[in-house]
Amino acid sequence: MGRKKSPLTAFLTVPYLVWMAIFVLVPLGMVLYFGFTTAEGQFTFQNFQSVLKYGDTFFKSIRLSLVATVICLVLAFPLGYIMSRMGEAGQRTMLLLIMLPMWMSFLLRTYGWMTLLENEGLINRFLELFGIGPLSMINTEGAVVLGMVYNYLPFMVLPLHSIMIKIDKSIIEAAEDLGANGFYVLIKVLIPLSLPGIITGITMVFVPSVSTFVISRMLGGGKNVLIGDLIEQQFLGTVYNPQAGSAMAIILMVLILVIMGIINRFDSEEMEGMMV
Amino acid sequence: MNPILELKNITLTLEDDRILDNVSLSIEDGQFVTFLGPSGCGKTTTLRIIAGFLSPDQGDVSFNGERINDLPAYKRPVNTVFQRYALFPHLNVFDNVAFGLKLKKLSKEEIRLRVMEMLEIVDLKGFERRKVNRLSGGQQQRVAIARALVNQPKILLLDEPLGALDLKLRKDMQIELMKIQKKLKTTFIYVTHDQEEALTMSDMIVVMKDGEIQQIGRPEDIYNEPKNAFVADFIGESNIFDAVMEKDFEVSFCGGTFPCLDSGFGEHKPVDVVLRPEDIVLTEPKEGNLKGVVTNVVFKGVHYEMNVSCNGLDWVVHSTRLSPVGSEVGLSFTPDDIHIMKRLFDGDENYILGEVTDENTVSFFDLSFEREGLNLPVGTRVSLTISPKSIEVVSIDRADLKVYLESLIYKGDYNELIVYTHEESLLLHSYLDQQVATDIGIKFDFDAITVTPLSGGQNG
Repeated sequence: MGRKKSPLTAFLTVPYLVWMAIFVLVPLGMVLYFGFTTAEGQFTFQNFQSVLKYGDTFFKSIRLSLVATVICLVLAFPLGYIMSRMGEAGQRTMLLLIMLPMWMSFLLRTYGWMTLLENEGLINRFLELFGIGPLSMINTEGAVVLGMVYNYLPFMVLPLHSIMIKIDKSIIEAAEDLGANGFYVLIKVLIPLSLPGIITGITMVFVPSVSTFVISRMLGGGKNVLIGDLIEQQFLGTVYNPQAGSAMAIILMVLILVIMGIINRFDSEEMEGMMV
Repeated sequence: MNPILELKNITLTLEDDRILDNVSLSIEDGQFVTFLGPSGCGKTTTLRIIAGFLSPDQGDVSFNGERINDLPAYKRPVNTVFQRYALFPHLNVFDNVAFGLKLKKLSKEEIRLRVMEMLEIVDLKGFERRKVNRLSGGQQQRVAIARALVNQPKILLLDEPLGALDLKLRKDMQIELMKIQKKLKTTFIYVTHDQEEALTMSDMIVVMKDGEIQQIGRPEDIYNEPKNAFVADFIGESNIFDAVMEKDFEVSFCGGTFPCLDSGFGEHKPVDVVLRPEDIVLTEPKEGNLKGVVTNVVFKGVHYEMNVSCNGLDWVVHSTRLSPVGSEVGLSFTPDDIHIMKRLFDGDENYILGEVTDENTVSFFDLSFEREGLNLPVGTRVSLTISPKSIEVVSIDRADLKVYLESLIYKGDYNELIVYTHEESLLLHSYLDQQVATDIGIKFDFDAITVTPLSGGQNG
């Protein structure tokens, strides 16, 4: 509207700002404080050195999350595209089907997978009928990745779909008209034009995956501890060590920021590269 | 000369709608061909079939004598300029134009040379690095043309490319396009609903309506010798009247009988007659072929447009000399100015098949009406004669029948409507204007319908 903010509008933002300050800025400050101090409150880098021994866990978290993100992207890209070419009724139905599981609690959904994947679970009992198995599915890396893909797939589909419906059919036809077969339409037109959706989708799948502790705890068992679990243990477990926990949280935050920075960088470079 | 492109009996039905009906056409190399018609006439669909985005249900598309029905769009030697340009928003001007060449894996240097040469032709030199969404409509249009032409297509397809531009720019671009076409000698197939654009630019015009070709010819021929009332009405302004061909070289309309140059229609045959407003000369009342009174005058810049009422018909006359409203004038025309055309609808009346479904009840389509004293056994097949005047156009919620309006032509007194329903065409007269190619409602005056039993009709 280009109008000057009235005092009322400014006033209406106050509750949100207060909320953000109390529940985001203050905890962030506390994490930073704990991360850089000893139990006695002295400034130190000791906490960071002490968590270096968990390097493998960090690496594993990132690896599993990347695998889950790639699987989500591969599944969601064609799905999002097909949906974007459907009629309005079809799109609504598909969106509903994709959103439907999200109306249920995240914990319940993951519990559901536990009962399916367990050694005595539904899948194994079904396979038994054919004399197969039992397969050990629960408490594996695969189960953790499956949990991540299942829970976060909608966050990949939705941004892709919403960017793809903006791609005019005639742009695809123009590419075909100029000699592009299906493969070239995909890499020269569809992917570049969907890039903002891809970036958003990656962010929305990778970030919660890399910091999860529920999925890994429930589907990964004791063998597949991720950073999320480690951090949670430092605060809620018997070891109670908020200093180490905060240090891990800070490292995780920095890692996420760096990775997202690289991806966004890739985005703008890709756009730049196509203009030469 | 061999045709570069041939369409043979192309038929296409989409969701029960007959979009194209038996379209056959042959186009010679190097011509500027225009598909002209109102929206929904199938011209864009025909273009999409040539481009390979749609495949016909029946019929063949041949390129240089070779059937290309099954050749996918990306392999066809044609390129398209789309209605809303469809430029790649993630690429700059250079890369948009270079898109097709890069796919052909040409060397970087050759791509650069050809793109630059094409940008020069469309007058966009210096815009290479510009983002396409920073360009004006006219500039985007030029990029779209360059992007298609740089691939040196054998045929360039243009789908209402100037539709989004303002009038001045459109005129400039028309001339630009004609120049480019003359220079490159590429076959252009151009789709438009603008008759002026078609007449200006084309070597050959294909007039279409309801998925059928109405007439193919040079612009002059189409204008001077329209094949039917639809073409006459669509191309330029016309006076179209009901007429009767008394015999060869003699036609009567508007209360007079006049010599004409047409023959072969038979005797006492109903026909349509067309006179162009600029062919009619206003004279002293005694000197004209017909007498009338001027009812309305509009100054159009170069000429006056005058309405003349004559024997109950409304004539439009163009002249640079003003005859004031109320003045008595003579309407003068020569046999050469009278164009005789076959009626769009065969005959003056509607003949519909019906059946006696109950004592004193006759049914046709999904309607039925009572007729006292019919005295025909149930199951008798009957012919119903319905005059165009006894069918009324009403709003759809009050209608007996919802019908599709195929054509509407002003006949100097009333509108002649041809509607389509239950696989039959119906003729009706109305004083109201309706949107063609939409559904309208009609109501029958059942008492005015003549019921005739069909001889040899089966019983039961």
